[in-house]
Amino acid sequence: MSSYSTNEFKPGLKIMLDRDPYAILENEFVKPGKGQAFNRVKVRNLKTGRVLERTFKSGESVEGADVVDLELQYLYNDGEMWHFMDPKTYEQYMVGKTAMGDAAQWLKGEELCPTTLWNGVPLVVAAPNFVALKITKTDPGVRGDTATGGAKPAKLESGAVVKVPLFISEGEVIRVDTRTGEYLGRAKG
Amino acid sequence: MVSADWRPSATRDILARRAGLLCAIRTFMHDRGVLEVETPALSHAAATDPNIQSLQSRVHLPQASAAAEVCLHTSPEFPMKRLLAAGLGPIFQVAKVFRDHECGPLHQPEFTMLEWYRPGFDHHRLMDEIAELLQMLGLPAPARSTYRDVFMRHTGLCPHTAPDEALQNRAAELGLVASGADRNLLLDFLFSRTVTPRLPASGALVYAYPVSQAALARIVPSLPPVAERFELFLSGMEIANGFHELGDSVEQRRRFAADNARRASRGLPVMPVDERLLAALDSGLPDCAGAALGVERLLMVLTGSKRIDEVVAFPFARS
Repeated sequence: MSSYSTNEFKPGLKIMLDRDPYAILENEFVKPGKGQAFNRVKVRNLKTGRVLERTFKSGESVEGADVVDLELQYLYNDGEMWHFMDPKTYEQYMVGKTAMGDAAQWLKGEELCPTTLWNGVPLVVAAPNFVALKITKTDPGVRGDTATGGAKPAKLESGAVVKVPLFISEGEVIRVDTRTGEYLGRAKG
Repeated sequence: MVSADWRPSATRDILARRAGLLCAIRTFMHDRGVLEVETPALSHAAATDPNIQSLQSRVHLPQASAAAEVCLHTSPEFPMKRLLAAGLGPIFQVAKVFRDHECGPLHQPEFTMLEWYRPGFDHHRLMDEIAELLQMLGLPAPARSTYRDVFMRHTGLCPHTAPDEALQNRAAELGLVASGADRNLLLDFLFSRTVTPRLPASGALVYAYPVSQAALARIVPSLPPVAERFELFLSGMEIANGFHELGDSVEQRRRFAADNARRASRGLPVMPVDERLLAALDSGLPDCAGAALGVERLLMVLTGSKRIDEVVAFPFARS
């Protein structure tokens, strides 16, 4: 992998720090009048999502991270690993629990999932932002029940549990924002 | 590529404030008997400071076969000191200066500098005058502290006596990534990362710098020895730098050589030393203090601007 000098730093650049891959979010030029120049950067750890601030002496070089963003199609889960395929190359990938994070609970099959590969291995898999899933279990709505704020838990076919309005019943297909876990409405069609 | 960036990046209101500021500075200086001068922007010699990079150009003279290599001045300091040695008395200059490798929210490769010298002043009296200049512009008088006090308050370490390792550890905790960081780099990093943002926004004059940061200031052999240098900070920005000026040509020559040695070790070009300045110092520089102030940054404070682009008609990207 190539290395980058601080004067090539820009938002989006992927670099290695402390053996982890990071993405540069912000890059600021800092220079005391009579002192050496620095690059003050905000970086996001691509494994953990944690954001850090680092200051590089200008002119330092840093190893680039071999990181690629693409969309993989979810195939199936074998009980331990999640299996995906690149729809362009038909190459298959196995993904472990850590890289799946919270994404697994939204997947039932065939979804296209934004994935970050690091050195050719899936590092982070995200669910599509919006999914339509069938409710497999929820209590019948009780008219006039306001104690729960007009919402009740519902279990989806993919395993996730979301809050839905009282009038929604088992067997219905609903749209959910996977980033917030929020119910958006009944799926059309 | 045709684009809309022919327009100025500053508003008319701010450009009017800029004109007003320059006018106010000139009135302030004239009222105090400080003579306005102009010195060449093109120079045969150049700043040797390893942290300041000169822009280079070539001048072809009609009668010469080879072009003369020249630098655009990074500050008018050297020729102004020659004027002082020639007996001009108190002088000031408002000059466009040029620095390579500098561009960002607070930096432009060309910017306007107010530089002035006061024979008979030490750096404390010059700090008084800076406070008066700021008050004339409607700003409060800045608080004064030694470098040691503000550094200790915000880092818990003494800038003069803390071992390199202690500075290094603190810098690493705060996220510095630098191979082979020397003491000056560590001090600069810790100061800009932890001290500058915590100085009073209404203004701070920091003085008595570590000797490794003396630049062109005198060094007093106190315990520990300190450099008679000060800096003005407003709104967390470095606005001005001043010295009780070094007048010793032997010491000056030694610092030029040390600068050039550091340049060579960092792989930077070795710069031609200003022999005319050294000759002027030999003939005698009056005891004086001098300061350089970034006009754009002062205007940013006066107008509440966040980026230098907002206070210049055309930043470098649109030049």
